[in-house]
Amino acid sequence: MNLYLCYTVKKELESILAYNGGAIIAMKGKNCVAIAADRRFGIQAQTITCNFQKIFEMGSHLYLSLPGLATDTQTVMEKLRFRLNLYELKENRKIHPKTFASMVSNLLYERRFGPYFVEPIIAGLCPVTYEPFICNMDLIGCISPSNDFVVGGTCSEQLYGMCESLYEPDMEPDDLFETISQALVNACDRDAISGWGAVVHVIEKDKVTVRTIKTRMD
Amino acid sequence: MECLIGIQFKDFALVAADMTTAQSIMVMKNGTDFVVSDEQKIHKMSDKLIMAVSGESGDTTQFSEYIGKNIQLYKMRNGYELSPKAAALFTRRNLADYLRSRTPYFVNLLMAGYDDNTGPELYFIDYLASCVKVPYAAHGYGGFFSLSILDRYYKHDLTEEEAYILMKRCVREIHKRLIVNLPNFKIQKVSKEGIKELEPITAKNLATEDADKA
Repeated sequence: MNLYLCYTVKKELESILAYNGGAIIAMKGKNCVAIAADRRFGIQAQTITCNFQKIFEMGSHLYLSLPGLATDTQTVMEKLRFRLNLYELKENRKIHPKTFASMVSNLLYERRFGPYFVEPIIAGLCPVTYEPFICNMDLIGCISPSNDFVVGGTCSEQLYGMCESLYEPDMEPDDLFETISQALVNACDRDAISGWGAVVHVIEKDKVTVRTIKTRMD
Repeated sequence: MECLIGIQFKDFALVAADMTTAQSIMVMKNGTDFVVSDEQKIHKMSDKLIMAVSGESGDTTQFSEYIGKNIQLYKMRNGYELSPKAAALFTRRNLADYLRSRTPYFVNLLMAGYDDNTGPELYFIDYLASCVKVPYAAHGYGGFFSLSILDRYYKHDLTEEEAYILMKRCVREIHKRLIVNLPNFKIQKVSKEGIKELEPITAKNLATEDADKA
């Protein structure tokens, strides 16, 4: 009985997380990180628009992405932006990506028994040393930092497959862009509710490059 | 069962909503009688902002009145109006807060407004409070058919007459393919000049138009 209950609860969570669709990756390179997302917003199989924002700039070298239920993507981003502004006003300095991850984790765990349906991904450079940092977490805020790449969204299996085969350590920004784009585009092509255009951010010490890429639209 | 359609063009936006009042399986009113001056699903929020609402019947009136009055209150307090974007985000936030309360509102919205700086805007908000800016959108089963028509025939720079014809195409498709009976649609236009009520698209009007052609 208990096992069955766990199973139904798990199925229910999965269906809510897959209500709007979406795919996200973040990758580490040599002194740089990249984060990429698709741009579809749909309600189950029906696509509403192809310009939905899933990656948010939370600082000059800090980016946040929230795949999952679109309403919670927007709500959680607004709540985090508020907390981040308060932090930076109080401390009078930029936040470290690791600290920001704890902030996200704390916000999500406050709703432990009625969670926001998002599985955040954070990518950024340390504001002091410019050391790359990426991590992801589950919907109740369990952080798992990574040394190579993190993925999220409805086609995470396909994304893992692409990343495992294409990723190599210490890539230069241009190679990193190519790798992350190919991984995202080819994973999305195997998922009906992700894709429809994509956006890639490559974050370096002195600049951030944002590129929108064309994908299959079917 | 209900249907809302919204389209944004270069210098105005059109919103259409069916005029049917249904309770469970029963149609209470189809909006065919000429007495229907009471605004049904399209609500005026301010001089250049309208909101089309569908969903649970009590919630629709309650929520749209609450949002409408608060937008008016904001204008009185601050001496200037909320922009369409600000109004849409305000509505979204309220809906999102109610979603996680003990009394969520079950309402789907389309917000169309004219911003004096950026032009006409259309926002799609569903009952979960996901909010997106769109060129055209629809709520309800009618959306399955009208969205395909819009994908094929939508152009950014249509005139009012051409836009009205496009809207008629959408309604025709709903009449043709949707099993649910939605004979009449109320149409409103928002532009620089404000809100304008257009001739409703009714099954009767469409039939006479067909008869004239034949």
